Amino acid sequence: MEHLILVRYGEVGLKGKNRRYFENKLMRRMEQALKGLPLRGIHRTYGRLYVTMDGEVEEALHRLSHVFGLVAASPAQSAALDLEEIKVAAVQNMQRAAAEGYTTFKVETRRPNKAFPIKSPEVNREVGAEILRQVPNLTVDVHSPEVTLRIEVREERAYIYWQELSGPGGLPLGVSGRSVLLLSGGIDSPVAGWMAMSRGLEIVPVYFHSFPFTSDRAQEKVIDLCRVLARYSGMIKLYVIPFTKIQTALREGGPEELQTIFIRRMMMRLAGGVAEKERAEALITGESLGQVASQTVSGLAATEAVVDLPVLRPLIGLDKQEIIKRAKELGTYDISIRPYDDCCTVFVPRHPEIHPNREAVAKKEAGLVTPELLEQAIAEAETLLITSD
Amino acid sequence: MLEAYLDNSATTCVHPQVVQAMVAAMQENYGNPSSGHRRGQAAEQAVKKARGQVAQVLQVNPEEIYFTSGGTESNNWALRGITQARARQGRHLITTKVEHPSVLDVFRLLEEQGFTVTYIPVDKYGFVDLDALEASLTPETILVSTMYVNNEVGAIMPLLEISRLLKQKAPQAAWHVDAVQGFSKLQLEPHKLGIDLVSLSAHKIQGPKGSGALFARHDLHLPPLILGGGQEDGQRSGTENVPGIVGLGLAASIMWERRETAISHMAQLKERLRQRVLTEIPDTLANGPQDKGGAPYILNMSFAGVKGEVLLRALGDKGIYVSTGSACSSHHAHGSHVLKAMGLSQPMLDGALRFSFSPDNTLSEIDYVVDCLKEIVPKLRRIIAGR
Repeated sequence: MEHLILVRYGEVGLKGKNRRYFENKLMRRMEQALKGLPLRGIHRTYGRLYVTMDGEVEEALHRLSHVFGLVAASPAQSAALDLEEIKVAAVQNMQRAAAEGYTTFKVETRRPNKAFPIKSPEVNREVGAEILRQVPNLTVDVHSPEVTLRIEVREERAYIYWQELSGPGGLPLGVSGRSVLLLSGGIDSPVAGWMAMSRGLEIVPVYFHSFPFTSDRAQEKVIDLCRVLARYSGMIKLYVIPFTKIQTALREGGPEELQTIFIRRMMMRLAGGVAEKERAEALITGESLGQVASQTVSGLAATEAVVDLPVLRPLIGLDKQEIIKRAKELGTYDISIRPYDDCCTVFVPRHPEIHPNREAVAKKEAGLVTPELLEQAIAEAETLLITSD
Repeated sequence: MLEAYLDNSATTCVHPQVVQAMVAAMQENYGNPSSGHRRGQAAEQAVKKARGQVAQVLQVNPEEIYFTSGGTESNNWALRGITQARARQGRHLITTKVEHPSVLDVFRLLEEQGFTVTYIPVDKYGFVDLDALEASLTPETILVSTMYVNNEVGAIMPLLEISRLLKQKAPQAAWHVDAVQGFSKLQLEPHKLGIDLVSLSAHKIQGPKGSGALFARHDLHLPPLILGGGQEDGQRSGTENVPGIVGLGLAASIMWERRETAISHMAQLKERLRQRVLTEIPDTLANGPQDKGGAPYILNMSFAGVKGEVLLRALGDKGIYVSTGSACSSHHAHGSHVLKAMGLSQPMLDGALRFSFSPDNTLSEIDYVVDCLKEIVPKLRRIIAGR
């Protein structure tokens, strides 16, 4: 039996001439997400996409609810452009709703196809009356119904649905290009990555491993975070960059108060190196202003000065509580707060420089870490392909 | 790569004979001891034998041994059970500052329930302060809980002296001893000392995880914690963990049989490691008892200027497995409550590692550990100290 899922998308539809491109991308992302399921096809009409399946609708809906660009997905039924046919489908839908225990409803019709002779309010009345006749224990409540039965009268057919699963919205992954995400095990960077993804950026995460100063369990944590992000993106390629030698060189040669800035600069350079390899056009970090001493404007300036790429900081306007809230919604919070890394505060300087001068930092940093050491770190990086759990 | 597993106070490798006995208990003797048929009776016999083996080590009646899921359950049951039974006789409880979390957390709960708890301090070696204990004993005291061997520094608590104090000053109080780190390796005879409750565990003595026991004196009237099918004389319901119980009994009797040679061997390992580290690596400290009163299988050392967990991981890379404090406390970010109670300075607290031995460790493993420490510690110190 053929099953239909009606998909609404928001911003994608608003993008003028680019609309086709965005829609194509969204359709491709949906196809990828539905891989392995009995998909018949995805079709478009103005402002809507229709997915036809031979089954496994529940799983399909779940997967679609993680596709960026998609606003909502509804299991729907189609009917010929005939009021009687529409009534039959509407009654069937409301029988299912009643079986699930719902008792109040209203009918809401949209009629983009003006060739259909019956106006929306009349369709509402007719169909509502039919439902009341056919399905026991239902009453109409136009102000706050438990179920809103929607009827969309379109060019070729009418579509009837009442359930809706919301998607993440935003732009389809990849329409904005590709970027490298500096991913630590903390609360912020996975949220930053998700926000970048929601604006159409594909992400390639990099994680800096400083064994024995950070534990292998911290790396496990980062892998688990990638699993969560992969729910939205499909497979993720994680770079694990060995960082111990660079960190050691910085510790042995650099002044204490600039260690954090130095470390961030090295990470930026390495992320830039990965970006070049991966043809990525931007770096993403979880920084926001003023949370810690290195995240002052001058601190950020000194950090990003070492790369040519734009450094995007999606969290810049959020406070910690807001970031935590988003991390909880995303499902990364519980992973991020595992303690393995926090107990290792070995390298936090007691009196960090809060307003570093860019030139002074560059001068003091010169010669501490050779370009060869950086190249070696990228060459020795391990790449892991991670899929959702 | 060479390997040295020196985390035997966290858990041990199960003895091959124990594994064999447990496999037999799963594949052949798999009956439910409560069943009326022959298979049930055979399983019941196996449990009975294990009960005898445990009782033998403690020199108590087998009827006084109840099998549990391990040390944590035994501690919970003993402390919650006895305070529930005696709440009307008094509201004062005593324990020490260096107990395992499965004891301390129960006391914190009891405090919330309205009991008054005195936490006895320890001296710089980790021994309980007997004067403080004496001063805190009152006619209102209904329970005293002291551990036998401290899991982090190996201090063997002076149970004989504690016993005398209790008999003199608070004979009415029940006495619980958490003997998880001492059972079957060191002698402990509850009846001789007047101990009412003893917790013990299998996986610290080359037995399986998830298996332990509680000794409760026959006339104690300890109410059960877990209700149900009435197993263990109605005291601990739930179908008996026959393989685990068999494993506990056999592990206890094997350890008990070999304890003299095992103890002198482990004492030798400990002394070699302690001496070599102290003389060959500067700014190190042996925490806990120095020459006597320390368990020969636990050695706690501090390496100033190094974070314990960083050193732990660097050693792990060399196939050397140790712990910072106890394995349980590595779930928490803060430093060891035991070392804090002993008054260690912050750098020594941060740089503390516990080495704990089994009879199967060798002197050459110890030498390998020292060699690795000599290579790693200076390197880490240099990096952590910075310029």
